[in-house]
Amino acid sequence: MSREIHIEPVTRIEGHAKITVFLDDAGDVKDAQFHVTELRGFERFCQGRTLWEMPGLTARICGICPVSHILASAKACDALLAVNVPETAVMLRRLMNLGQFVQSHALSFFYLSAPDFLLGWDTEPAVRNVVGLVQKDPELARKGIRLRAYGQEIINRLGGKKIHPAWAVPGGVNQPLSVEDRDWILDGLPEAKETTLATIKLFRESFDPAAREVLSTFNSMYMGLVSEDGLWEHYDGRLRIVDPCGDRVLDDVHPHTYPEMIHEASEPWTYLKFPHYAPMGYPGGMYRVGPLGRVHVCDRFGTPEADRELEIFRETSSRCSGRVFDYHYTRLLEILASIERIERLLADDRILSTRIRADAGVNQLEGVGVHEAPRGTLIHHYWVDEDGIIEKANYIVSTGHNNLGMNRAVQEIAKTFIQKGEITEGILNRIEGGIRAYDPCLSCSVHAVGQMPLVVDVVGSDGELVERMTQE
Amino acid sequence: MSSKVQPDHVKLVIDGQDVSVEPGRTLLDAATAAGIRIPTLCHLDGLPEAAACRMCVVDVDGRWLPACATEAVDGMHVVTKTPEIETHRRTVVELLFAEGNHVCAFCVSNGHCELQDLACEVGLHSVRVPYSFRRDRIDASHPGFLVDRDRCVLCGRCVRVCAEVEGAHTWAFANRGTDARVITDLWETWDDAESCTSCGKCVESCPTGAIVCKGVSNAEMVKDAELPGELVARRNRG
Ligand code: SF4
Ligand code: SF4
Repeated sequence: MSREIHIEPVTRIEGHAKITVFLDDAGDVKDAQFHVTELRGFERFCQGRTLWEMPGLTARICGICPVSHILASAKACDALLAVNVPETAVMLRRLMNLGQFVQSHALSFFYLSAPDFLLGWDTEPAVRNVVGLVQKDPELARKGIRLRAYGQEIINRLGGKKIHPAWAVPGGVNQPLSVEDRDWILDGLPEAKETTLATIKLFRESFDPAAREVLSTFNSMYMGLVSEDGLWEHYDGRLRIVDPCGDRVLDDVHPHTYPEMIHEASEPWTYLKFPHYAPMGYPGGMYRVGPLGRVHVCDRFGTPEADRELEIFRETSSRCSGRVFDYHYTRLLEILASIERIERLLADDRILSTRIRADAGVNQLEGVGVHEAPRGTLIHHYWVDEDGIIEKANYIVSTGHNNLGMNRAVQEIAKTFIQKGEITEGILNRIEGGIRAYDPCLSCSVHAVGQMPLVVDVVGSDGELVERMTQE
Repeated sequence: MSSKVQPDHVKLVIDGQDVSVEPGRTLLDAATAAGIRIPTLCHLDGLPEAAACRMCVVDVDGRWLPACATEAVDGMHVVTKTPEIETHRRTVVELLFAEGNHVCAFCVSNGHCELQDLACEVGLHSVRVPYSFRRDRIDASHPGFLVDRDRCVLCGRCVRVCAEVEGAHTWAFANRGTDARVITDLWETWDDAESCTSCGKCVESCPTGAIVCKGVSNAEMVKDAELPGELVARRNRG
């Protein structure tokens, strides 16, 4: 008898999700689906608002990565005003985005994911969380918590708030960086760098390439921004897509032309759309974004320590390894790259200039803002009337780009571990872990530290509930 | 021979405190002079009183009267705060929130808004009645300002400052009840309202994020609500 297994909710990711595993008559996995069960409707309720409100309004899409939405939104609004944003404002926005990379990646790694693989997939759910990590390795946990706090404090010092800073505005930013705040950020750099280097070493030594196969390995294309000279980029730059061998499918493309390359497919069983590379169709045009995507598309980071670590990573991974687990590895590499970039930005005195905002009216009726959020490429696209009122908005968020990749990971893990209908706690954890490796942000501010209840429904082919597994 | 002389001062009791003010002053003036705070919304120094919002209602010898529009009279006993009055004030603010579309989180006036301050002052934690979810189109046609009527509390400060201080009479009320709106030149878009001198006094006078400058982002709209009062005082000095 074929069965359906539901895992709901998926824990330690941001937002609400559910997984259904379809078994065939023999009890083996036929298919698996990752559902996003909430609908926010932001595109609709931004209509009628003014462009000047958009950074603050869209920041509310998420309590975890508001900075990303503020910046993408501010960039789309810059395009509507058709202004040249002052160079200091660009530097400050970059600084905030890097702070966001540090805090968001540290949150994903130390709080949300490390408990799985440092404590073990089959550990009791009650201790497989950040509290358990503190008990097992207090030093690592403490450093991880401090690293995240450092990233958050950078955001706080720039924007005056940790969570929703209304600081990046159309045309620039609304507050300069003080000498005192610059010095505070500089003072924290050595510790942040040391923590990151030590964690990368620990990670590398704990998981050889074979161990990093744990959350499945499969081929896909990768997408991300790169700078004009092909370096890792997070704020500006050009879009690049590479194939599973690392060869360029698309290069040096102005991100504003995304509608020609990226189309979105919908499925009736999830609210999250499926962006894909249009010329290859759906679902063949699967690409992945985020740390793994960016590290694969760039030639190198462009800063010494990060490049040294990147070389070691690339020695143990083919040019474009498809290991889902390597999301964690590349996330750590990006923290290091961010720290080095922060160092470089702060060494330049122009960052203290108070010329930080360009003023203008509505000069374009359509504007696109694209940058790299920690979880991947983020696109805001607005259409306004002559008075600057939003007529239409389109967002393609990082987690959306990875929707095909997340579904694929769930299928692969389910097929590998579930046999003859035998499902254990550890298998469910691995499936969840496959999702969590992407650090999906399912668009809300739910931030569950620790374990939330897990419900597994086994549904027979006649639609009857056969069994329910719960985990408190 | 005794003649009727206007007394120098009227004497009354406010919240148990003896207060004396010049004749012709309001209860609000008297309380303010005595350091007693009465919450207001539609009142603005320099403008004629409208007594529209009913925030400043006080108990005068058993009757509820708006302090902004009630003259202080000898021998009055005034109580500015009772549990019933506090409930009344909270309800007024609650209904204003339910009627409009106030999402402070991304409002340009967030942190500098009299309605928001009042909500804190009266202890409004939640709204018990259904929101109307109004959706008026923002008029951003004026080059410098815009009006978002979903954030308007119908205090009439814009109408009064425009008529009484600037003398332009651009703003007026249209319709009644929940359909009431402030309008420019009989429903012209603001840009086409020829009577408007673009002086900006309505922006400074508006207590909320309804009339604001264009180009300001979230929480950036800081107003100078004392401007009308200062202008009038200067004029009166000659
Ligand atoms: S006008 Fe005031 S109360 Fe209304 S949304 Fe803006 S800040 Fe909030
Ligand atoms: S627009 Fe402002 S000043 Fe005018 S009535 Fe509405 S809230 Fe009062």
